[in-house]
Amino acid sequence: MAKTAPTDDHSEGMDHFDSRARRILTLWLPLACFVFVLLFPFYWMAITAIKPNYQLTDYENYSPFWVVEPTLRHIRYLLFETTYPAWMWNTIVVSVVSTALALVASVFAAYAIERLRFRGARMTGLLIFLAYLVPPSILFIPLAVIVFQVGIFDSKLALILTYPTFLIPFCTWLLMGYFRSIPYELEESALVDGATRWQILTKIVLPLSVPGLISAGIFAFTLSWNEFIYALTFISSSENKTVPVGVLTELVRGDIYEWGALMSGALLGSLPVVILYSFFVDYYVSSMTGAVKE
Amino acid sequence: MASVTIDGLRKSYGATEVLHGVDVDIAEGEFVVLVGPSGCGKSTLLRMLAGLEHISGGEVRIGDRVVNHLPPKDRDIAMVFQNYALYPHLTVAENMGFSLKLSGVRKAQIAEKVRPAAEILGLAHLLDRYPRQLSGGQRQRVAMGRAIVRDPQVFLFDEPLSNLDAKLRVSMRAEIKNLHQRLKTTTVYVTHDQIEAMTMADKIVVMHDGIVEQIGAPLDLYDRPANLFVAGFIGSPAMNFLNGVFGPDGVTLADGTVLPVTDAGAAKAGQQVVYGLRPESMALGGDVPLTVEVTEPTGAETYVVGQLGGAEVTGVFRTRVTAKPGEQIGIRIDPAGIHLFDAASGARLSH
Ligand SMILES: Nc1ncnc2c1ncn2[C@@H]1O[C@H](COP(=O)(O)OP(=O)(O)OP(=O)(O)O)[C@@H](O)[C@H]1O
Ligand SMILES: [Mg+2]
Repeated sequence: MAKTAPTDDHSEGMDHFDSRARRILTLWLPLACFVFVLLFPFYWMAITAIKPNYQLTDYENYSPFWVVEPTLRHIRYLLFETTYPAWMWNTIVVSVVSTALALVASVFAAYAIERLRFRGARMTGLLIFLAYLVPPSILFIPLAVIVFQVGIFDSKLALILTYPTFLIPFCTWLLMGYFRSIPYELEESALVDGATRWQILTKIVLPLSVPGLISAGIFAFTLSWNEFIYALTFISSSENKTVPVGVLTELVRGDIYEWGALMSGALLGSLPVVILYSFFVDYYVSSMTGAVKE
Repeated sequence: MASVTIDGLRKSYGATEVLHGVDVDIAEGEFVVLVGPSGCGKSTLLRMLAGLEHISGGEVRIGDRVVNHLPPKDRDIAMVFQNYALYPHLTVAENMGFSLKLSGVRKAQIAEKVRPAAEILGLAHLLDRYPRQLSGGQRQRVAMGRAIVRDPQVFLFDEPLSNLDAKLRVSMRAEIKNLHQRLKTTTVYVTHDQIEAMTMADKIVVMHDGIVEQIGAPLDLYDRPANLFVAGFIGSPAMNFLNGVFGPDGVTLADGTVLPVTDAGAAKAGQQVVYGLRPESMALGGDVPLTVEVTEPTGAETYVVGQLGGAEVTGVFRTRVTAKPGEQIGIRIDPAGIHLFDAASGARLSH
């Protein structure tokens, strides 16, 4: 584009046009692509969950991207003719309890490593991080042996006690970063005000770390909710399974995929996480982007 | 209220010693200011009084208790930090009542104690605000309020005004001083600003590189600085230093100018000395030649920077100086503004 000698209003108008076009091109278009790619699987999942079976594979008479005559059959089947409700309950119990365990342990670990200045604190922090780097696909074999010998195989306890092995390192690191952002002076001031370590933790540090705690909690909850390998190995009976494993092992019979039920299961299974995120999204974002300010 | 005794106090971080044996006696109800350049160990000393730093050697007594091994909460002190350290998640009232709440005082009683303190500090209408909703000066007052409510034996302040703008600093200075006159609580106040020290202190402790250079009342330090460091640190603009040789007529400078000395003290003829000259002690109309370089009229006074005996000096004149740069004027020196120091040791020679 040739540049004309700018008279003020003219060039401003051009700039305006220019910047709006550019915004569409550089911001909204990529964003739209991104959102499309992200949300398409959900859309697919949702329409498959309510598609009658005869439409599922018949691409000639029915558009694969749309549903005619939506049905609740799959969902009804899932809820009343499979053990899905039990899986859901198991997943909830396991996720909530292991998240709570992990959070409590992580708060103590992170606070001790960050603020008690004991010898080897840095080393401990590093080791915990290394533990996090060991992939579950390696760890599940030795863990399986332990789970067997302790006698908790095929029970919720097997998952509740093994999930913290990856949740605690993760949450500890997240919280360490968060605690580090709390000014030392606040704790010293509390010390002078007469607080004990425990009071400093409960009355100063934790209230100030609420966003950090919430995001650690959400992360831990999501990780446990979606966990697959441990749940697959440590649980054998159908009524003890969690949603991700149950859906995949019980709704796929040989080479028959019950797509409708599968997708309904996945859809229902992702709802609690979605709800959780939407409740806490503000905290979550603030803990990722900001620190404690006075 | 209690006295504080600091006796041979040492502090090392690993192999480096940052306090090399500090002795200070603080009487009951006294307002003591620790002053010195950055890094001289003021904060370290204060934090050792508070119990926030381990004591490497020596003794701290509050009242007649040795507190070396007591945790902060058992020392009955209150501290105001440089960045205020207000609890961001608590309101002003809760911040001020925090320590009382920790010690199990009932709610009604806390409110009873917080209210008068808030009133003294003009915070009564802000009690329900959070720290982030306050201005810098208000935060500062809340931090002081938090200390007052405790009614401790000793107040400790670590550069409490350094985050405020110049004007507010002046008014807060007066407020703190007022407060002290009202409460009469023993106070240790750290600053690197000598004006703050001069205006507020009953007693100033000048520190430098981990040792105490001099302890005394503000005007004592100004009138009789014990060494070159204190002489250069106290007073604004700073004292002028001119190197010369002491003789029967006075001090002879490098270019042959002879400056008068009335109080030679321990100086011996032929000794290398530093001639200290307060800028305020110069007046127009004498026979000491000063070549003017810059004049800075401020209205009431005129600052003159010029050459005297081959060195640059600053003078403050209460009369107007009309001389142009490059002109020579004759000045008179008030004997009270003359201080002789030994050039080698820096120690004071005049009486
Ligand atoms: N944790 C530490 N480890 C090692 N050296 C330290 C530590 N804390 C302070 N120091 C050193 O101790 C000396 C005194 O520090 P201090 O903070 O007491 O200085 P200050 O007089 O308060 O200075 P300022 O006016 O800048 O606050 C400094 O040289 C500093 O480098
Ligand atoms: Mg300091």
